[in-house]
Amino acid sequence: MNRRSIQRPAKLKCLATASAIAVAGLALASCDDAGGNPAMQVGANPVLPALQQYLLPPIRIAPPVPWGNDTPKVPPGLQIHALATGFEHPRSLYVLPNGDILVVESNGPKAPVFRPKDIITAWVETSAGARAKAPNRITLLRDTNGDGIPDERTVFLDHLNSPFGVALVGHFLYVADTDAIVRYPYQDGETAITAPGVKLTDLPGGPIDHHWTKSLVASPDGSKLYVGVGSNSNVTENGIEAEHERAAIWEVDIETGAHRIYASGVRNPTGLQFEPETKKLWAIANERDEIGPDLVPDYLTSVQDGGFYGWPYSYYGQHLDPRVEPQRPDLVARAIVPDYALSSHVAPLGLAMYMGTELPASYRGGTFVSEHGSWDRTPLNGYKVVFVPFANGKPSGVAQDVVTGFLDGDNHTHGRPVGLAVDRRGALLIADDVGNTVWRVSSAPTTPVPKPAQ
Amino acid sequence: MKHIAVAEATLEPVAGRESNDFASVTPIHQILAPFPVAYFAAAFVTDLAYWRTAEVMWERFSVWLIAGGLAISALVALAAVIDLVFARQQPAWFRALSYAVAVLLSLLNVFVHSRDGYTAVLPTGMTLSAIVVAILLVYSITAGWTLTDRRHGVRS
Repeated sequence: MNRRSIQRPAKLKCLATASAIAVAGLALASCDDAGGNPAMQVGANPVLPALQQYLLPPIRIAPPVPWGNDTPKVPPGLQIHALATGFEHPRSLYVLPNGDILVVESNGPKAPVFRPKDIITAWVETSAGARAKAPNRITLLRDTNGDGIPDERTVFLDHLNSPFGVALVGHFLYVADTDAIVRYPYQDGETAITAPGVKLTDLPGGPIDHHWTKSLVASPDGSKLYVGVGSNSNVTENGIEAEHERAAIWEVDIETGAHRIYASGVRNPTGLQFEPETKKLWAIANERDEIGPDLVPDYLTSVQDGGFYGWPYSYYGQHLDPRVEPQRPDLVARAIVPDYALSSHVAPLGLAMYMGTELPASYRGGTFVSEHGSWDRTPLNGYKVVFVPFANGKPSGVAQDVVTGFLDGDNHTHGRPVGLAVDRRGALLIADDVGNTVWRVSSAPTTPVPKPAQ
Repeated sequence: MKHIAVAEATLEPVAGRESNDFASVTPIHQILAPFPVAYFAAAFVTDLAYWRTAEVMWERFSVWLIAGGLAISALVALAAVIDLVFARQQPAWFRALSYAVAVLLSLLNVFVHSRDGYTAVLPTGMTLSAIVVAILLVYSITAGWTLTDRRHGVRS
């Protein structure tokens, strides 16, 4: 008989129970962790709670269900209809000078598995409808009779590599694939480009390519391209060397392809655009995850030449992120606080500065931002298009919901808004990469049009 | 005891040999039990390497080692149950419980190691790895790899 085995179990059982409770308790703690009112984090001075670290980071996905006959909702005075449907994961939109609409159908490259966690992440993204096959093409929509409904649809460019940004300068169309900017000759009125592209410059791509979307905008004088290059991780978990020239906005010379880092420390910059009044560059950014439902607010900001915006070392100025070692106090000291918070985990991925006349005058001069929607926050946040009013080239008020209804009452998602554009007549276009639709928002007719008898 | 066994063997050679063979068969879990110990110990070493270098490769080694150790621990538990039920074993409480505590702490640890960045390892992850190694050292020094003892007083 082993005497030891009789005498000690009480103590050990206690330890075992304690650790079992610890595991269960911590797991529960992370489940019962609802975020606060997102309105507290919209605007120039977001409330930033203390950061927390998880054992089980929350995963809260909205399962996709088809739109059916439903559409997103717009406030009175506006109307919305599907411009075209049946796309494959439409991510961004671009309107050519003749009014043709380019729909970039794209998805990221397959993510590598570095840790057991990556297997879980892949599964989560699949259930959220984010792992659709990458179609890697651009579709052109043309409205020949001016009724706002496109009647021609052609494949404009095919066999691209996870494209996202598009910019036309003169007679050259620049397409930002995930790993390069490629230049194509474009003639007015073309419905398909068959000429081979010429690479202007490489961009940071695989093999990891965590944030793969490369947003693109040309400077007003057409001499430079600005490219949003997202980070290669949530917060350097793939090593700082994987972040070389990432989490940055590049300035690329349109003639030579030479680049410099225009601004850095922006985790995932997209929606690059020049503010029409001041001609300053603006961007939206997706901030980091896994330090709480209300950290870190995603933002809209003007981009300063040479500016550093914190990632990965800090957020909103000098709020240090303990997950990054070694730290860089020299960089943190000059980290810029972004101009306008959009609240946490909303995932802004599209921006349209509105200078059109189709929508009510109150929208003129302001900015639409599409919020793709959270996947790691309770309650869900985003899943809508908001309007941020601007005055004198700066945000001047509280963001208003403009297009909603992407989520239903059961937290299922019919669609998720991504790229935004303004069409030639001034209507707002929204790419929906789960509903596989492009939506068009215009002013509602002042007198209700009677429905034609069927 | 010996006398009796010999007597039995002499009197009932067939039955005696059967009983003897059955009891001396290595419990299945004993073959598997060392693997998690080796994995968790290796994870502590790779944690130390991460601590010194902040090189993510070491953190990835750690989290795979801990995850692998947990997967095999599940098999160990299954095998131990089979041994208890079918191989005339009884729990060796001290060893079994210390092993279980080490596994539970490693479960906690795999979640900690799944965090992003430096805090996946420091300070909590490496501390947990060290505690697990300490527990398993005591466990292996006291009795090798078995979580059960041969059941006493069982006769065929």
